Amino acid sequence: MIFYRVCKITDIPVMGSRIVNLGPESAALFRLYDGSVLAIENACPHKGGPLSEGIVSGNSVICPMHNTRVDLRDGTVEGPDTGSVRTYEVKIEGEEVWIRL
Amino acid sequence: MNAKTMERTEKRLVMIGNGMAGMKAIEEILKLAPSTYDITIFGADRHPNYNRVLLSRVLAGEMAAKDITLNNEDWYRERGITLHLGKEVSEIWRGQRRVVASGGVYADYDRLVIATGSSAVILNIPGQELENVLTFRDISDCERIKEASRRFKRAAVIGGGLLGLEAAGGLVDLGMDVTVIHDQMHLMNMQLDKTAGEMLKASLEKRGIKFRLSTITTEILGDGSVGGLRFSDGSAIGCDVVIQAVGIRPNKTLAERANLYCNRGVVVNDYMQTLTDPSIYAVGECTEHRGKTYGLIAPLFEQARILAYHITGHGFKSYRGSVVSSKLKVSGVDVFSAGELKGASPEDEIYYTDRGGGVYKKLVLRDGKVSGAILFGDTNDCTRFFQMMQDEVDVRGERPALLFGNPMSGDTGHSGPASISMMAPSTVVCGCNGVTKKEIVDSIAEGGLTTRHDVTKKTKAGGSCGGCIPLIEELLVSVLGSSFMQRTKGEPICDCAELTHEEVKKEIRTSRLTTVRRAMEVMGWKGEGCGTCRPAINYYVQMTWPGEAKDDPFSRHVNERLHANIQKEGTFSVIPRIYGGAATPDELMRLAGTAKKYNVRAVKITGGQRIALLGIRKEDLRSVWGELGMKSGYAYAKALRTVKTCVGNDWCRFGTQDSMGLGITLEKILEGVLTPAKVKLSVSGCPRNCAESSIKDLGIVGIEGGWEVYIAGCAGVKARVSDLLCAVSGREEVIEIAMAYLEFYREDARYGERTSAWVKRVGLERIKKSVVDDAGERRRLKERMDECLRKRKEDPWEGPDSEEVFSAPIEITPYGGP
Repeated sequence: MIFYRVCKITDIPVMGSRIVNLGPESAALFRLYDGSVLAIENACPHKGGPLSEGIVSGNSVICPMHNTRVDLRDGTVEGPDTGSVRTYEVKIEGEEVWIRL
Repeated sequence: MNAKTMERTEKRLVMIGNGMAGMKAIEEILKLAPSTYDITIFGADRHPNYNRVLLSRVLAGEMAAKDITLNNEDWYRERGITLHLGKEVSEIWRGQRRVVASGGVYADYDRLVIATGSSAVILNIPGQELENVLTFRDISDCERIKEASRRFKRAAVIGGGLLGLEAAGGLVDLGMDVTVIHDQMHLMNMQLDKTAGEMLKASLEKRGIKFRLSTITTEILGDGSVGGLRFSDGSAIGCDVVIQAVGIRPNKTLAERANLYCNRGVVVNDYMQTLTDPSIYAVGECTEHRGKTYGLIAPLFEQARILAYHITGHGFKSYRGSVVSSKLKVSGVDVFSAGELKGASPEDEIYYTDRGGGVYKKLVLRDGKVSGAILFGDTNDCTRFFQMMQDEVDVRGERPALLFGNPMSGDTGHSGPASISMMAPSTVVCGCNGVTKKEIVDSIAEGGLTTRHDVTKKTKAGGSCGGCIPLIEELLVSVLGSSFMQRTKGEPICDCAELTHEEVKKEIRTSRLTTVRRAMEVMGWKGEGCGTCRPAINYYVQMTWPGEAKDDPFSRHVNERLHANIQKEGTFSVIPRIYGGAATPDELMRLAGTAKKYNVRAVKITGGQRIALLGIRKEDLRSVWGELGMKSGYAYAKALRTVKTCVGNDWCRFGTQDSMGLGITLEKILEGVLTPAKVKLSVSGCPRNCAESSIKDLGIVGIEGGWEVYIAGCAGVKARVSDLLCAVSGREEVIEIAMAYLEFYREDARYGERTSAWVKRVGLERIKKSVVDDAGERRRLKERMDECLRKRKEDPWEGPDSEEVFSAPIEITPYGGP
């Protein structure tokens, strides 16, 4: 697991996302309204929906497939149901976004 | 006085009373603004806050006192609340803003909440001092009654109202011989009419309860302890225990001593502030609002929420009184009552009576709307009727069928039998998510859930197509009793705000709000909004301020953001417009060529007479659209979808009108208009109706010499056959009516509400009036639609959509950079 430089912070739309792929791994980088950037595995634990396409609300994202709500900070499902996705460490240096994969 | 309040950084909130209404207010305040107040609570009782609604279950021995505790002492501690239990407040010193309680305890306040509740009314008759003369109001009463039932056999309950009958039911379950004495002609006379009261009496008599109606008690007899009751006609009965349940009286003495204006209760304004002192609020059974006092839980919770909103500075919502409903909680007896008991004239009442079967239903109408309901023996429809009352649905068109079950539940094979009590625990209620009746009932009972939203959040039931929502609501009522229907007038838009769709729309108009973010700021939204409210606000601002409002792509579902439907494995579908379902060979060749070039996984003729290319990757969407050179079919949007047509009189030997021509014209006029939910049209050339106009949001049928216009049909989860709006002679009239109708729908319906649900809610008559009968109103509606069409955005497949929503994944290689 090492940090990769992936993009500028402005490359991620506010309350939107970017996908980062490394081999078979796919992470979704989210930029929240407060400016922070968080990254989780880009597959909903419910049926594998692309969380990157979900609506961001507070610290959560709502899966576009069946409305599962996932906490971006720790990857846990807030409901309905239970479960979790992986989270990835993110750091921001100047304008650059780095992710640990 | 504790140290914390001395060195305060927060404002000090003191509450007198530790009951359900007050604690609901505290919970709401903590939810809205956890750190605004430093909170101190005085409770005269030694018991922590408990669920008074379930007292009769404790009496019946079905639950223990600890089972109905709502907040234990840890709860207060964890939230930093100072709790003084067993301390009765004796003085409010308004000048110093201080309350003084027994034992010299006091607390200073910036805001004070009086939540002192109510007490049982004690009859002014001799014998009150005797042992075993009891009331039925709190846990201590329950304990005393249970204790008495172990030693004695005969009980008398004075009062045949809700509380008296619940007490009587509990006493019978404890094995006592019970007589209920009521001074009126029939039982529950505040909630029931004569017929229902008589049927209730017969049913309770079967359970072993005896009655003395139209009987006034004049004396409690006995020597030291109760021996009997004497009545005004001179007769008497023997009994060992007397329970007085003749009513409740707001506890207002403390407020009166502090010179706060009181009438029957502590008088409050629409924000739950006392009239005399705006820094003092009152909530619950001790209050009087607009001349009314309330004793049922739902209105008290409503008051608590309003109080919380106001006291934390989210001052949008005001309390305007409640429609109350009540349901008797005696096992084996189903009684529901809400609103008015009697119509202004016999024409305003609808009955169903089956004395043999023990079922009685009565609806009271006022101005074509349900204003009251009494249900006995079969209360399955209570939620539906209560909702109709709160939403003020016009039911004139439905009179013949009103009393005969809910057409919206259980008619699609999604939800099984309409009567939930007959449903087996393993029956699937929510077909989309596979949730059974048992799972829902357990989540309500064990999870302490009280709203449909909570159930959906916990179990997923009702979260997808929504077809089972009426059933979930019935399950809630059956588990909790109707007193837990916490709905205010119209449902709040979501958990992020207490405002209804109508209030949000109004505010967007009056305050000229043109962005989602600004609208949420002005309306005091909690947090950033969610996947329910943000798309709704995004629609409302654009509907209200066409051309001026700014669309927020990140307040849209992915389908609308990317102008394509997401499929189960994360790819997308592309469905271009094929006007009226009539394609040209060129279009078909381009479709085929594109499908081959991008190696699409499937080509499907859709249900709306169009062609879908399936399995397109997000990053290919824009080049596929470019290749096709066709317009977006909006198959992903809450907008005009498809206009289905038959071939019409150009080709068909039965055709009387040019259905294809009109369909294509309508589709070209209306494409790109945003609507609250998807809108499907069809035009058939003759009454054989091959384009299925009877199940479309707007269905047009050609007849000899004119057209019939049908509205509000739907073939989806809740199938509904359309209603005839009007018949007109010319094509131009059809177009004008279509435009006026859809504009009315755009402005009036709630976001996400199909025309079928909308017309069912507001009534066909109202739409007819504006769109058909009133030519001036129709013209104005059409003009507003024209304006919206002038200002609509260009086709999203051609438009300069921002790069950011279509960005490709960032590919990185191990040990390299991006």
